[in-house]
Amino acid sequence: MRKYLFFFLVIITGLIISARLFYLQVLDTSSQISSQNNAVKKVFDYPQRGFIFDRNGELLVSNQPSYDVMVIPKNIDSLSSESINEFCELLKITEEKYNNILKKAKIYSPRLPSVVVSQFTKDEYAYLSEKMWKYKGFYIQKRSLRDYQVSNSANVFGYIAEVNKTIIEKKPYYQMGDLIGKAGVEMEYEDVLRGKKGVKHFQMDRFNREIGSYQEGVFDTIPVNGKDITLTIDSKLQEYGEKLLVNKRGGIVALEPSTGEILALISAPNYDPKLLVGRERSKNFTKLWYDTISRPLFDRVLQGEYPPGSPFKALTALIGMQEGIVHKDEKLICQGSYNYGGKKKLGCHLHKTPLNMSEGLANSCNTYFCKIYKRTLEKFSTPQEGIDNWKRHLTSFGLDNYIGYDLPPGKKGLIPSSEFYNRWYQYPKYKWYASATISNAIGQGEVILTPMQMVNFTAAIANRGWYYKPHIIKNINTIDSIPLKYTKRYKTTIEKKHFDAVIEGMFEVYNEGTAKNIQIPGIEICGKTGTAENYTKIDGKRVQLTDHSIFVAFAPKENPEIAIAVIIENGYWGSRWAGRIAGLMIEKYLKGEITRTDMENFILNGSLMEEYEKPYSGKPFKINY
Amino acid sequence: MLKTKGSKYDWVTIFIYIALVAIGWINIYSASFNEASTSFFDVKQVYTKQLMFICLSVLLIIFILAIEAKFYERFSSIIYLIALFSLLGLFLFGKNINGATSWYAVGGFTIQPSEFAKVATSLALAKYVSDIQIDLLTYEDQIKSLIIIILPAILIIPQPDPGSALVYLALIFPLYREGLHVMYLLFGFIVAALFVATLSLGTVWVSLLILLIAGIIIFKTKKKSIFKYGILAIACIGFSISVNFIFDNVLEQRHRDRFNIVLGKQVDTKSIGYNTNQSEIAIGSGGWTGKGWLQGTQTKGKFVPEQDTDYIFSTVGEEWGFLGSMGVVVLFLFLIIRLLILSERQKSQFSRIYGYSVASILFFHFFINIGMVSGLLPTIGIPLPFFSYGGSGLWGFTILLFIFIRLDASNYINH
Repeated sequence: MRKYLFFFLVIITGLIISARLFYLQVLDTSSQISSQNNAVKKVFDYPQRGFIFDRNGELLVSNQPSYDVMVIPKNIDSLSSESINEFCELLKITEEKYNNILKKAKIYSPRLPSVVVSQFTKDEYAYLSEKMWKYKGFYIQKRSLRDYQVSNSANVFGYIAEVNKTIIEKKPYYQMGDLIGKAGVEMEYEDVLRGKKGVKHFQMDRFNREIGSYQEGVFDTIPVNGKDITLTIDSKLQEYGEKLLVNKRGGIVALEPSTGEILALISAPNYDPKLLVGRERSKNFTKLWYDTISRPLFDRVLQGEYPPGSPFKALTALIGMQEGIVHKDEKLICQGSYNYGGKKKLGCHLHKTPLNMSEGLANSCNTYFCKIYKRTLEKFSTPQEGIDNWKRHLTSFGLDNYIGYDLPPGKKGLIPSSEFYNRWYQYPKYKWYASATISNAIGQGEVILTPMQMVNFTAAIANRGWYYKPHIIKNINTIDSIPLKYTKRYKTTIEKKHFDAVIEGMFEVYNEGTAKNIQIPGIEICGKTGTAENYTKIDGKRVQLTDHSIFVAFAPKENPEIAIAVIIENGYWGSRWAGRIAGLMIEKYLKGEITRTDMENFILNGSLMEEYEKPYSGKPFKINY
Repeated sequence: MLKTKGSKYDWVTIFIYIALVAIGWINIYSASFNEASTSFFDVKQVYTKQLMFICLSVLLIIFILAIEAKFYERFSSIIYLIALFSLLGLFLFGKNINGATSWYAVGGFTIQPSEFAKVATSLALAKYVSDIQIDLLTYEDQIKSLIIIILPAILIIPQPDPGSALVYLALIFPLYREGLHVMYLLFGFIVAALFVATLSLGTVWVSLLILLIAGIIIFKTKKKSIFKYGILAIACIGFSISVNFIFDNVLEQRHRDRFNIVLGKQVDTKSIGYNTNQSEIAIGSGGWTGKGWLQGTQTKGKFVPEQDTDYIFSTVGEEWGFLGSMGVVVLFLFLIIRLLILSERQKSQFSRIYGYSVASILFFHFFINIGMVSGLLPTIGIPLPFFSYGGSGLWGFTILLFIFIRLDASNYINH
């Protein structure tokens, strides 16, 4: 026993020490991070963010230098109250705010940089940089900020803003004070535009002095500049569209049908992109954010979901012909309304009867389309099969779908399915039939589309059965390419031969139908007006508002160059606002000048502000006049 | 028993010694490396000085091995007296370095007598206990042995260098080997365990635990032992209660801080806990295989104070990783076990006691030092044998070890 006790003690001690070392060196990896934080300092070199051009090569967005005052809290020397006072004056902040900022920075991390005050101009920087040596732990970080050459397209560009903690946790590339695209093109093409920041590693000693480069710089990288991009936007058209929408709410979206390129994407009301740059940024952003009535940050083209109204009849017609339940020359009778069960009637207006398909579209006859919608569904033994088949055709046009365009954010609208109605009517407890969903035939009822979806199906009609996914990227300049998904044609379920009758009908709309008031000499437009009922809630009560004015169109009739969808909220007749605006946009794009100045004056001088104030007035009001 | 083949010196031990000194120097080079100085033979550099100390050690070794083994036994009392006087002399002629008067300054060099006193004390203890008249079961001889051990420690404490003084506790192991009652070891162990347990768990829990253990023992053994174990339990509880008093009133604040940091009661990475924290980061960041020689960022940035002396093991941990650290740990364990095996086969009791003393002292230094550097134990500033920078330390340990190698060699020749 006496011989072995010490021996065992040595072995046990050896095991304890081995276990401790194993824990420290192998199991617990936190020391590796601590040692990096301790001994290695990273200095970042920020590259230029890529420029943005329009389809004609006009520069839209470039950069301007901006200077942030940053702090690494653990490096701060205690300052006398006098020099704190002086420093605050330099930074143009109060001492209270200064203390708050430092407190927050310390809580975030004593070792990592935090922003003290951001976005100083070049002149301010010159003055500041002379005095910075006095304040240890603080330094100036140069960044590049956006410099907008135009005052339109804010909704397309989106904006860049400082990253927050949540983003840093998800994407470790970023650190406090870095800028990231938060909406629109800036967000979608963040990785392309951003480039890659360069980093230099320095070995530090315990007094936090640099004592040379870390590992001879093998981990150092040089910054890679962001890539310039060209958008499909026509800046002139965009600017003109925004002018037309002054004092209105709604959206315009125009595509080139042969490519899916977005020519213009306007949402109103909008704002000047310059508002979101510089020291006033957060004040301006807050103002835009809290404007919950006109909602300038809400993109009505991508996020606005509207009942499409009569333009949807074109799709009802195409599906009907594809399913073989109607021939384009078959004439149907309209008795001024459509009776869909018992005494329930869906009204129509005065027009000639009977009518074939083109005439039906030209006159926007509700009865005609209700009849063929009902046939389409009743071709199948159950309404469930019928409606799912109907939906199958519609989704091939990109409806009930985000389509895949490159502009965040978006909505996907709604095309109801059998499941939707089964739930709605509590099937199988209660049965439902095609006639219960009859409003879908004319783009009311449960059907909801975004203006982007409206223009997409219009482009598919213009192309007679296919479309490219709408996109805003024309070229990533340095690598000369765009994402592959925008170079692929998507086919609809409708055969090419069925489109002629619909296109003819849409031409008749313009020629002598509901939109003949917008005729432009020398341009053959195919279009369809829409007047969509809509409701709001006032004090919890469902109240009908003036109908939305909707118009979809493409032109010219042969070899179409532009497809367009316009929605003017509460504008009443489709031809009154949306039709005129679409006409002007088409003329502007095709001819470069406006001949229908009467129409232009009507729009430029017209305002719907009175209409929008009605629901907020607290008084009873009249609609649709 | 005559060793028939091979050398009379134990080359296994000598090789481990050479390996430890060489690895130690490589790490001192890294820890004190300074990019500004390119000259290898710059005598201002710590690593150059250590290289000179190593060369002088070779001379020392030759000298020690050349002397007749009997000399060490015969002159042990005189050597012990010289050591005591050299420690006493510090009060008059000592030079104060970093707040401790532990050095004589001779010309440009400094010498730390406490490093050599370990050798003298081991020799004296071996000589005294190996006397045929001595019986460690008598109180008188127990007390006399204790005085031999305690005397140098008492002279070292006021330098102040409590760490070096603490090392003398290790000499309880050879005494136990030679017949000291196991109760002394057990007593020491229980006191240490109670001290730590009370500080980390609190008196109430420790008392309950003691009662539980006592209850189990009494229940398992005969009823007669109630009185005996009852008294013991009460004594333990009494000690536990007094621990708080000792801790709060007898110990100084810096000692309290060191305990609290190791027990995790106090998180402090800036002031007192800085050394331990930085050392743990250095070791921990080494991973499996380390960052490579001269590549340790903690070492380069000199984040660990005293890294070439007491904290040298953190360089090993950072630059050579778990595998390298384990290599060093295994070398030390192997050396200590080798010394134990050699001691057990000594014919003379003097050699055996001395061998045990050497093994105990090395073990104590090794455990306390690596325990401290890796954050297992409170900060007790003693060097890692053969590794840490310092002439006195290196020579002290070299003499300690090679006297035993000399004794071991004579073990065969005399028979």
